Amino acid sequence: MIKIPSEMRTKKYWRETFEAYLYLLPAFVVLGMFSFYPVVKSIYMSFFDWSLLRQQQYFVGFENYQRILSDKVFHQAINNTIRYVIGYVPFSIGLALIVAVLLNSKIRFRGTLRLAYFLPWVTSSVAISMVWRWIFNQHYGLLNMLLVRLSNMVNAVVSFVTLGNYPEVWQFSNPNWLMDPKWTIINIVIIAVWKSMGYNIVIFLAGLQNVPNELYEAAEVDGASPWQSFRKITLPLISPTTFFISIISIIGAFKLFTEIYVLYTGRPGPLNSGMTIVYYVYRNAFERYRMGYASAAAYILFGIIFVFTLIQMAVAKRKVHYAS
Amino acid sequence: MLAQHETWQYRWRKTASRTILYLVLFAGAAIMMLPFFWMLTSSLKAPHEMTLRTIQWFPKVPQWENYKIAWNAAPFGTYFKNSFTIALAVTFIEVIFSSLAAFAFAKFNFFGKNFLFVLFLGTMMIPGEVMLIPNYITMVDFGWVDTYYALIIPWTVSVFSIFLLRQFFMSIPHDLFEAALLDGCGKFRFLTTILLPLSKPAIVTVMLFKFIGSWNSFLWVLIMTNTPKMRTIPVGLTYFVSDVGSYYNYLMAASTFAMAPILILFLVLQKQFIQGIAHTGLKG
Repeated sequence: MIKIPSEMRTKKYWRETFEAYLYLLPAFVVLGMFSFYPVVKSIYMSFFDWSLLRQQQYFVGFENYQRILSDKVFHQAINNTIRYVIGYVPFSIGLALIVAVLLNSKIRFRGTLRLAYFLPWVTSSVAISMVWRWIFNQHYGLLNMLLVRLSNMVNAVVSFVTLGNYPEVWQFSNPNWLMDPKWTIINIVIIAVWKSMGYNIVIFLAGLQNVPNELYEAAEVDGASPWQSFRKITLPLISPTTFFISIISIIGAFKLFTEIYVLYTGRPGPLNSGMTIVYYVYRNAFERYRMGYASAAAYILFGIIFVFTLIQMAVAKRKVHYAS
Repeated sequence: MLAQHETWQYRWRKTASRTILYLVLFAGAAIMMLPFFWMLTSSLKAPHEMTLRTIQWFPKVPQWENYKIAWNAAPFGTYFKNSFTIALAVTFIEVIFSSLAAFAFAKFNFFGKNFLFVLFLGTMMIPGEVMLIPNYITMVDFGWVDTYYALIIPWTVSVFSIFLLRQFFMSIPHDLFEAALLDGCGKFRFLTTILLPLSKPAIVTVMLFKFIGSWNSFLWVLIMTNTPKMRTIPVGLTYFVSDVGSYYNYLMAASTFAMAPILILFLVLQKQFIQGIAHTGLKG
């Protein structure tokens, strides 16, 4: 027989339960309608040939999943998304960590510098992607104009040093950033790293604040180099922070959509080079009204994110040191 | 023998490393600011200055009327009104709903508490894209497409806020709660007159995140609106592109005023903001 804890039998407990449910009611209704219900419904829909354009929907079993997994465009979406994750996550975390460690030393203008690094994070992805579209412009964009100057400078220096034997080591080819498919993911990585760095820096700074200063002083007394104390003190002690940031970044990276949509004005880049999983979902659901098919694709996205989170948690178990 | 910090090598090395440190940090900051600078300066350029093949850092004569032209080229007044209405409504309703729920989770002992809490948190694991399609169909069924309801009501609860507020409420001693109840203070009154004022930092964080998130939200508004009268700033901006094409000076002017409210809000409240983020990071 189940033993009911004594507290459960009192009138007070049930009164409190009733009150608590009243407090939870608004949140529960909204979450129920717009989170719990759709999560279940989209599993259900993913087994149907479900079109918004007609009344009758047809059960198809796993056909949607099979068709998605054998769709070349979906392979491209997976491929692009993974390339983006691989490009974005290490840069975003690595650069943020470097800047955070530098900012964490006793320096002046710390607040101002932190503000400068942070500002991109609050801006709207749409507005800022528009700005980057202008910067990436082949003929009049800032990026190519800066690269021309840089290449001229490099060439002048190299030519001078080598006594004119190598007059043009850097042959600047004026890349067409937005039209050439090979740059698509790199463009997005640049924007995303630029935009997300400040957020990661702020979180790293909070983590660094928790590393006791005595450890560094002791290490210095023992003759450790700055690099050694970074490797042996900073890195292990902020590993929970690094872990948190890497989970957030990877999950965010798999959901790439807005930047692509704006940078390429409602198209997934030249030759689908910017097709991502979320873009694939969007296109099938809201351009082709294949709701069941798109739901299946959304669930595949969920599966991928879920697997990555599990892998990271397994890695974290071995590598992350939580202060006890 | 001299102590180590008095030797000239040591001092020289220290000065050099300081200089490099500042150089790296300021160069990095300059790169971070460059797109903003380029946006501002482009927004003030005359059309022929937009097609120069070399860098011109400042316009010869700032063309302030670019802003007027951009503003009048699309119903930006409506977009702004919509963005403000939606962001304010979502922020205020959300903070009310979330603090009610967080109060229950933090201070009540009730049947199914752990189960419900895990259920709530579980939704954070699931990407919003999974819910996008059924929610769209729900909106179609309700006849809410292209109305404020669709843009506000689904966003009035965030599990993240509930979690954050619950953590904060829990850090306020339970004795205070019990003492207040003994003195005949009702639970709801305790929440509104004691707990919420004490939790101001957490409340401000939650509201800031929500306001900015709502102002910048894109995909949902994109699929939920068919007419200019319901569009928000970000979605309106993408339609503006197809209207003005490659007149980037007008586009940059529009981007500038689209960002302005959030940038101002952030600059005014940056301390609360950065503390809020640092706090959530540590909790994770």
